[in-house]
Amino acid sequence: MEVDPLVWELSIFVLAIFVGYYVIWSVTPALHTPLMAITNAISSVIVVGALMAAGPADFSIAKALGIAAITLAAVNICGGFVVTQRMLGMFQAKARPRPPEKK
Amino acid sequence: MSPNLTALAYLVASALFILALRGLSSPAAARRGNIMGIAGMAIAIGTTLVDPNIVSYGWIVAAIAVGGIVGTVIAYQIQMTAMPQLVAGFHSLVGMAAVLVAAAAFLSPESFGILNDSGAIKVASRIEMALGVVIGAITFTGSIVAFSKLQGLVSGDPVLFPGQHWLNLAIGVVIAGLIALFTQSPEPQWFWIFTALAFLIGVLLIIPIGGADMPVVISMLNSYSGWAAAGIGFTLGNSALIVTGALVGSSGAILSYIMCRAMNRSFISVILGGFGATGDGPAKAKTDKPHKEGSAEDAAFLLKNAGSVIIVPGYGMAVAQAQHVLAEVSEKLKAQGVKVRYGIHPVAGRMPGHMNVLLAEANVPYEDVEALEEINPDFANTDVAIVIGANDVTNPAAKNDPKSPIFGMPILEVDKAKTVLFIKRSMKGVGYAGIHNELFYSPNTMMLLADAKKMMQDIGKEL
Repeated sequence: MEVDPLVWELSIFVLAIFVGYYVIWSVTPALHTPLMAITNAISSVIVVGALMAAGPADFSIAKALGIAAITLAAVNICGGFVVTQRMLGMFQAKARPRPPEKK
Repeated sequence: MSPNLTALAYLVASALFILALRGLSSPAAARRGNIMGIAGMAIAIGTTLVDPNIVSYGWIVAAIAVGGIVGTVIAYQIQMTAMPQLVAGFHSLVGMAAVLVAAAAFLSPESFGILNDSGAIKVASRIEMALGVVIGAITFTGSIVAFSKLQGLVSGDPVLFPGQHWLNLAIGVVIAGLIALFTQSPEPQWFWIFTALAFLIGVLLIIPIGGADMPVVISMLNSYSGWAAAGIGFTLGNSALIVTGALVGSSGAILSYIMCRAMNRSFISVILGGFGATGDGPAKAKTDKPHKEGSAEDAAFLLKNAGSVIIVPGYGMAVAQAQHVLAEVSEKLKAQGVKVRYGIHPVAGRMPGHMNVLLAEANVPYEDVEALEEINPDFANTDVAIVIGANDVTNPAAKNDPKSPIFGMPILEVDKAKTVLFIKRSMKGVGYAGIHNELFYSPNTMMLLADAKKMMQDIGKEL
């Protein structure tokens, strides 16, 4: 008997939780706000589901829902990445002018 | 693209997302990480767009353009102090998107390839879409409530009523029962009823949680949005979505844990809410104790003659928008040879890392900003500690008074510094926990009673 695709998906899911666990603990607490902003942006990869719903040629309620979901996810993707980049830019800017000041 | 190639492209996207999060381990690598996240997203979207089932592009392009522009404009205009409500707002969008996608999958399962041989939705898909829609709906309304509290549209106080937890439990049980029914026979009415109930319970879960517990709430909703995405990922059989959902879900869960630990409270007690609602503790009687007040000149004199200073900011600094003036004052002090650093409590502000972002915005070098464990041993040999807009996180009762509601919470030990300058609007008003801070009446504390921004400006003039 073949393995159900669900089992593979579940394996990927569980392993990804472990990857997430170790990666997130390595994030410096100073960057926890950008972390939330970027996780927000990447969780909007849910847009792929919205694209599938909006893809068919014929108009249907499902297609309308898909289009609405694409709009919401797009706000999140652009907003999330841009605001993360803005915040990280603030952390970045001062790293360089510092050393000469020190004795 | 062949299905194999598509799956490999999603794998690449997932790997890029992992690297994006990994980049946040240091500020120097973080921007590159963000770029990888963007690349991963572009690959995921591009791969999906060339799917043979997607044949009509007009609306898709329009929706991406409209959403993209709105998101970009918001992201450029948002004030850094408003970051917690922005993030809460964004979470609500992920939640709603999950609900919409799950509903679309339920209405036209043929577009998603989730029909079994007899033309009904596969049983596994029923469970997955039910979980996706329920978690998505809770994320949506919960985040809307959190957003409203943070934005000040509604009061940040806990909303409590008798039988609240029993009601929530009952609704939870009904939702679980309906999902079970739905798995047996996928009738539309079950789907819509549990979706509606999930929207309702999202509101009920967040209203009892007060303002200062918001760091936990936001982290928790972050986590939910991830699990909702993962649920939809299972429905679609899409590995990028499953991996991302798992990453985001565990990220939010870890942040919630860190926040709870920093308040020495259990996750359950935060969820049940109501903390700080009952302010009539015995501590309230202590108000007639003498305290020492000082002026901006006194503070400036102390600071000028100090060898080292540690600044402890809190939510009040964000409210007063005092971060820029604060940074100017510390630059002046540094120019006079004073060692200035910042000590950040994990739950200072309204979301994890809130203070760090505000200080970064004010051009405070991040090497000067230290976390609780790093800075605590240094208070004992520090001349002046400035507490600006923080309260409970400095309260020595957390260490000395076993009866205090915050006993056991890790605090910034400012009381060990030679002098404490405590900036506060007035002697009235207690911290979030509804208790008095003994620090106000300690002989080495000087109270600076004024608006935080005004006080820092005045101190700046004196320096």
